[in-house]
Amino acid sequence: MTDIATYNFAYLDEQTKRMIRRAILKGIAIPGYQVPFASREMPMPYGWGTGGVQVTASIIGPDDVLKVIDQGADDTTNAVSIRAFFKKVANVAVTTDTASATIIQTRHRIPEHPLTAGQVLVYQVPIPEPLRFLEPRETETRKMHALEEYGLMHVKLYEDIAKHGRIATTYAYPVKVEGRYVMDPSPTPKFDNPKMHRSPALQLFGAGREKRIYAVPPFTEVVSLDFEDHPFEVQTFDQPCALCAAENVYLDEVILDDHGGHMFVCSDTDHCEKRRADGHRGHLAPETHPTSQKMEPAQ
Amino acid sequence: MTDEPLLRVSALSKFYGSRVGCDNVSFDLWPGEVLAVVGESGSGKTTLLNCLSTRLLPSSGTASYRMRDGQFRELYRMSEAERRFLMRTDWGFVHQNPADGLRMTVSAGANVGERLMAVGDRHYGKIRATAVDWLSRVEIEEDRIDDEPRAFSGGMRQRLQIARNLVTGPRLVFMDEPTGGLDVSVQARLLDLLRGLVTDLGLAAIVVTHDLAVARLLSQRMMVMKDGRVVESGLTDRVLDDPRAPYTQLLVSSILQV
Repeated sequence: MTDIATYNFAYLDEQTKRMIRRAILKGIAIPGYQVPFASREMPMPYGWGTGGVQVTASIIGPDDVLKVIDQGADDTTNAVSIRAFFKKVANVAVTTDTASATIIQTRHRIPEHPLTAGQVLVYQVPIPEPLRFLEPRETETRKMHALEEYGLMHVKLYEDIAKHGRIATTYAYPVKVEGRYVMDPSPTPKFDNPKMHRSPALQLFGAGREKRIYAVPPFTEVVSLDFEDHPFEVQTFDQPCALCAAENVYLDEVILDDHGGHMFVCSDTDHCEKRRADGHRGHLAPETHPTSQKMEPAQ
Repeated sequence: MTDEPLLRVSALSKFYGSRVGCDNVSFDLWPGEVLAVVGESGSGKTTLLNCLSTRLLPSSGTASYRMRDGQFRELYRMSEAERRFLMRTDWGFVHQNPADGLRMTVSAGANVGERLMAVGDRHYGKIRATAVDWLSRVEIEEDRIDDEPRAFSGGMRQRLQIARNLVTGPRLVFMDEPTGGLDVSVQARLLDLLRGLVTDLGLAAIVVTHDLAVARLLSQRMMVMKDGRVVESGLTDRVLDDPRAPYTQLLVSSILQV
């Protein structure tokens, strides 16, 4: 790889990384507060994770092991491309194994495998402002955050109950961080919200188009908003994963044919493959053993 | 009634550059009293109202409000957080155009419930029960509770806006042309409703209007403004039946007779 010398380490120039690190540090100091930053153009379109990539590029070092997931999967276009990108511009080791990764960049899922201290979870965020669709004026929403005026957030939940009989928000479910800032956890399913609460891992959120970074430091209170008579609850599934028989995990519906055939499988591919390698089998698992975990070496 | 006013305004002025918004306005407002501010367009009524409700900061002068603990606080020295808290608990503001005071994309029930949720109410059932109660008090049927105000007529929107403002039991309500743009029969019913609510709840109100009939119906006392200055003030019936200032005489004689 001779062309690696044509890139600065991890693609961004040092000044930019310094600026983003300052924003990250401020975000960590004020959990849940959206820190503006001078988002750069990245070699990918907005909405493909430009914020997450900039955060990852600013914190990654040569010894890091990177995992990238897209809706839980390690093998979709976005995840594969971003992983290849950092392999090229930072020459780091990449993996699909949740436990051995030091940095996990994620689009809209938190891995099923519990995160540990020292790991960093980097979220790609499309719209960082939880109040955006209730109050379109950014000047006003910033003031509402500053003055802790969050009645409006409950108006949204009220509307859900009035229209659907229950809180129908299933993703981007608003949370209150450390009793102060209301935060959009990015469009993760609300199934993942409890995993954010007092997580030992550092959680960083990057919104490239919206030019905002925010953070949840390790062991921080993250409480999902709710009503006393309509408490927060996560999605439940009435059947286990069709491939690995896992229960209490987040499942994706996969269409099998055009006759209405479908199955529910783990959204977290790494978790599912590990379980199958350990001998767990769901009712639709193929006879042959799937390829086992692979760790791609650094080049 | 106590022997202290609710709001004390002294020498309030607002200039837009060299132009006068309102100039040297002073008055006291007592608990349960409705004060009408009348005058033609551009006379500074709305500027005065916006200054009093702290939506605008005046160029000079003071206004003190007696808080629920009985202490007077100077409005323009309060922090923004305190002012906004006052705005959504102890005060109400009824806009001429209901779209300015309502959230048009959320249901009527949520519009009424927003203030309750803003002060920390977290029980859906109770919030909804309160919303139902308030909708019935402003004569909106219960089965409209989940409709958006976009689906409401002008009169209903205005009544909804009133319910939304009164749900926290405010002591002072600002109204900017509350009946503007409504046809006369709807206007009459709205005035009737407002009069009932103001009396029942013992509200103090400052009503800005160019319609002298509205002032006559709603208010006990009125101020007539021209070019930013108060040209006459007194009991409503006295001012309307026996106007002293030449401008007031002109205003009263300009009322169209049917």
